[in-house]
Amino acid sequence: MKSVVRIASGQGFWGDWLAAPRRQVEGGPVDYLMLDYLAEVTMSILQKQKERDPAMGYARDFVGAIDSVLEAIVERGVRVIANAGGVNPRACGDAILALADKRGARGKLKLGVVTGDDLLPRLDQLIAEGHALANMETGEPLAAIRDRVLSANAYIGSVPIVDALAFGANVVITGRSTDTALTMAPLRHEFGWKADDWDRLAAGIIAGHIIECGAQCSGGNCLHEWQSIPDLANVGYPIVEARRDGTFEIIKHPGTGGRISVPSVTEQLVYEMGDPHAYITPDVVADFTSIRLEATGQDRVRVFGIRGAPATDKLKVSIAYRAGFKAVGTLVYSWPDAMAKATLADRVLRERFTMLGLSFDAILTEFVGVNSTHGPLAGDGHANDEVQLRIGVRSSDRTMVERFTRELAPLVLNGPPSVTGFAGGRPKVEEIVAYWPALVDKTVVMPQVEIVE
Amino acid sequence: MKVRLADIAHARSGDKGDTANVGVIALRPEWYALMVRELSEARVAAHFHGMITGGVQRYELPNLHALNFLLHGALDGGGTLSLKTDAQGKVFSTAMLRLILEVPDAEGATLGLPDAKG
Repeated sequence: MKSVVRIASGQGFWGDWLAAPRRQVEGGPVDYLMLDYLAEVTMSILQKQKERDPAMGYARDFVGAIDSVLEAIVERGVRVIANAGGVNPRACGDAILALADKRGARGKLKLGVVTGDDLLPRLDQLIAEGHALANMETGEPLAAIRDRVLSANAYIGSVPIVDALAFGANVVITGRSTDTALTMAPLRHEFGWKADDWDRLAAGIIAGHIIECGAQCSGGNCLHEWQSIPDLANVGYPIVEARRDGTFEIIKHPGTGGRISVPSVTEQLVYEMGDPHAYITPDVVADFTSIRLEATGQDRVRVFGIRGAPATDKLKVSIAYRAGFKAVGTLVYSWPDAMAKATLADRVLRERFTMLGLSFDAILTEFVGVNSTHGPLAGDGHANDEVQLRIGVRSSDRTMVERFTRELAPLVLNGPPSVTGFAGGRPKVEEIVAYWPALVDKTVVMPQVEIVE
Repeated sequence: MKVRLADIAHARSGDKGDTANVGVIALRPEWYALMVRELSEARVAAHFHGMITGGVQRYELPNLHALNFLLHGALDGGGTLSLKTDAQGKVFSTAMLRLILEVPDAEGATLGLPDAKG
């Protein structure tokens, strides 16, 4: 049995640095590679893709990631855990098997595919049985938007991933599991932490929270002394070096850029934080106020003292639904008096909306800008050298939004002067897929593990 | 004396639906108590007037010398619904750090607080 387990984070979201997974398995010893692809917004994007093509709906970057680390998996026994399955984990598994065929590695990859998070086929039954799936923010019952629902996925905890590892899977693909479960699962698997060992489970969750956003804890997007953070071009993604007692250190491979310090880790700890006394997950309720941090070396921070409390009897459900249309357009106004010109353009536009009888659920104007129009001539004062007028509208009526997209270009010839930045053409109308967070009784969600070879 | 929050703290922010969270971390442990005293929910709500439509909740994390704020109604509906550039509240962190605190001169000297120039 290992006394120390190293879990490397290789992706913090779908769209993260493609080189990171390979750098993590080649930069030094690691036991597991954890890849987090899902955010609230990601699920709705994946759902749109699955609508267009039933074989899609997963994070396709994952196929390239596995391709880049295949040797480490097959030769060196590094195991990969990813929520790349999105709204279609089986299709994701199929894509990985197709890759294994292509690379002559069929038979060497054992996939664990975790399903059971998808509640969409059971939604009407659940509502009929009295599960209101009320919006956690507004309290409205799901019935109010039932006909517009596109997807409904429960956040699954670490248990089915632990099962997949116990079955010998060397690649585990999940759908909407919690981000933190991806790190917690190998720790439970390796150390045999009990299901009511709340303090250790909370430590696993907090380890997961620290590394789930990739380099965001190791120097990326770090405000603290950002000017002196070295070599971000080669930033090292974080690694949890964990012990059986639930203490762990955050490290990165030697020779990589970035920085792991108490402030960099603290910034990640408070990221997307609600009530720090109760960080609720399917496995445990973690107490972020109990965390203690200590720098134990260069780019090495020890995390200890963590307390946890029993898990609740609910699971969070992420529901995506159609919620109207939006479009955002931009025009750039240049020096002199850029701000005054942009302000006038905004006023002209809004008057024209009124003349056309256009009404929107929301109109938002923002003014953005520094030096794209006059280059170095703009100097470094940045006092109103240029302003990008950015205006967006939202409506349940698609035709209203379509009409809006035709009103920006005319301003180039019939509005305020010194205008540019219109070459992109008319703004695009987007259908809004909105997010509906809800809770459901744990007992109605039954995750399953399929082993595919 | 006037003290700019950016000179005594760092911060990170993110989103949960239409709510932005802002974690504010004291640059020195001895400055945390001042933050606890000065950065009340009411003070922060007033600072973000015009940027948020809901209330402000505050949580203390003394081990980390940090405060966590939830700013409700900050993101124009949040996520995919929002028309804002900062639809996920990523730079509410630095918006928070624009806050100017009034600190008695003697206390400022004792704590070694940097003076906000201008």
